Amino acid sequence: MAEKLGFDILLKGNNLTRLFAGMGVALRISVISVVISLGLGLVLGTFLSMKKPVLNAVFSVYLNIVRFMPQLVLLFIVYFGATKAMSINLEAEPAAVIVFSFWGIAEMADLVRAALISIPVGQYESSMALGLNTLQTYVYVIIPQAIRRLIPQSINLVTRMIKTTSLVMMIGIVEVLKVGQQIIEAGRKTSPNAAFGVFATVFLMYFLVCWPISLISKKLEKKWENGYG
Amino acid sequence: MSAIRLEHLTKKYEVDGQTVVALDDVSLSIDSGEIYGIIGMSGAGKSTLVRSVNFIEKPTEGRVLIDDVELAGLSEGELRKKRSEIGMIFQSFNLLEQRNVLSNVCFPLEIAGVKKKEAKEKARKLLKMVGLEDKEKAYPSQLSGGQKQRVAIARALATNPEILLCDEATSALDPKTTDSILALLKDINSRLGITIAVITHQMSVVKKICDRVAVIDKGRLVEEDTVEKLFETGEILEIFNNSGLAAAGGE
Repeated sequence: MAEKLGFDILLKGNNLTRLFAGMGVALRISVISVVISLGLGLVLGTFLSMKKPVLNAVFSVYLNIVRFMPQLVLLFIVYFGATKAMSINLEAEPAAVIVFSFWGIAEMADLVRAALISIPVGQYESSMALGLNTLQTYVYVIIPQAIRRLIPQSINLVTRMIKTTSLVMMIGIVEVLKVGQQIIEAGRKTSPNAAFGVFATVFLMYFLVCWPISLISKKLEKKWENGYG
Repeated sequence: MSAIRLEHLTKKYEVDGQTVVALDDVSLSIDSGEIYGIIGMSGAGKSTLVRSVNFIEKPTEGRVLIDDVELAGLSEGELRKKRSEIGMIFQSFNLLEQRNVLSNVCFPLEIAGVKKKEAKEKARKLLKMVGLEDKEKAYPSQLSGGQKQRVAIARALATNPEILLCDEATSALDPKTTDSILALLKDINSRLGITIAVITHQMSVVKKICDRVAVIDKGRLVEEDTVEKLFETGEILEIFNNSGLAAAGGE
């Protein structure tokens, strides 16, 4: 049975370890990009909520580029295009992090902006009435309440970013999917059915990474619904 | 002595290139320890007026004096300190949803740098005064409107203000709850001697707790007198009818 579905190949040599190492590469790119995106997105979104005309106009162009440009095209532009055009030597992994952060910051900033402007104006007014300065208003009053509204969509963004990292194999990064392909090709003669087993394992790995994140989000939502909201 | 003195306040906004006059040369003074009503229809400018008192909105012209100190002359830091000495409550309560009742009342004290333990003691005293001592662990979402407003009142009093501004504080509440909140405000006024300015569109509110009342219409102060006088002579009804405010005359 294991042979028919192609799971047997995983136990040959160090194939399973290689897959895990590949997943490690995917996760490294994801985690760095997600941290950059959430952090800078929070800061940029806060400024956007203050409705400065020039900043918001520039941002809307940026956001539209990110929204309409396939991530793969962005990867190609940065990795193949920019390196040639600007004659800079950029490794594939930093290029991937730049692209994913470029995407994540834009979407995160837009989510933060929307969450912040959804906080009733009365909260800003009462903060002023309590004698808070602008920084205190955001830190103690606005951001804590906005984060609750942010959780579902930002978790969605994070999981989308993680699964989209599978595209980075297209710029030569050997991550989990690429390792999977290599294993299948190397075992073409001995395990002709390997494709299903290997890809199913890759799927399972992505699932095991994204599912807990989504569970945490559900849990937080539930907690805030009962306790705070 | 007047706790609040407004002199020739005018506030203009630019909306789509047009100038809207929210306040038009309003002067009034509120004595220390009195409950002063400001009544008018929505859009009459009374919300702008009350926001001028703690400079949440800065008037285009005119002066605001709190205890004879002119607000326009203060630095940002001094102004924030002054604001923290003026309590304010709102129609929408504006509690911090992520904090429980006790922590909401402690909040302004934390900002003022009061020690946690002292802040909690103070907050518990205030919660007792507003009748919510058994709710300190509850979150705002678990409270009724009246209870939320009580928390807001306790929070507004945490920094020992001498002035309390109430912006349509009872407008979101049913008549019975309104009465209980008004009784609480009256109690606070007589027990702590706090000057209270009440902004409302409900005549019943003015009648129940105010000593004096100003009628605002289209940004102008159209009448100011003691409540007794205005209601005794029926003058207030006349004013309301004349300015097309009859609709605001009921609850």
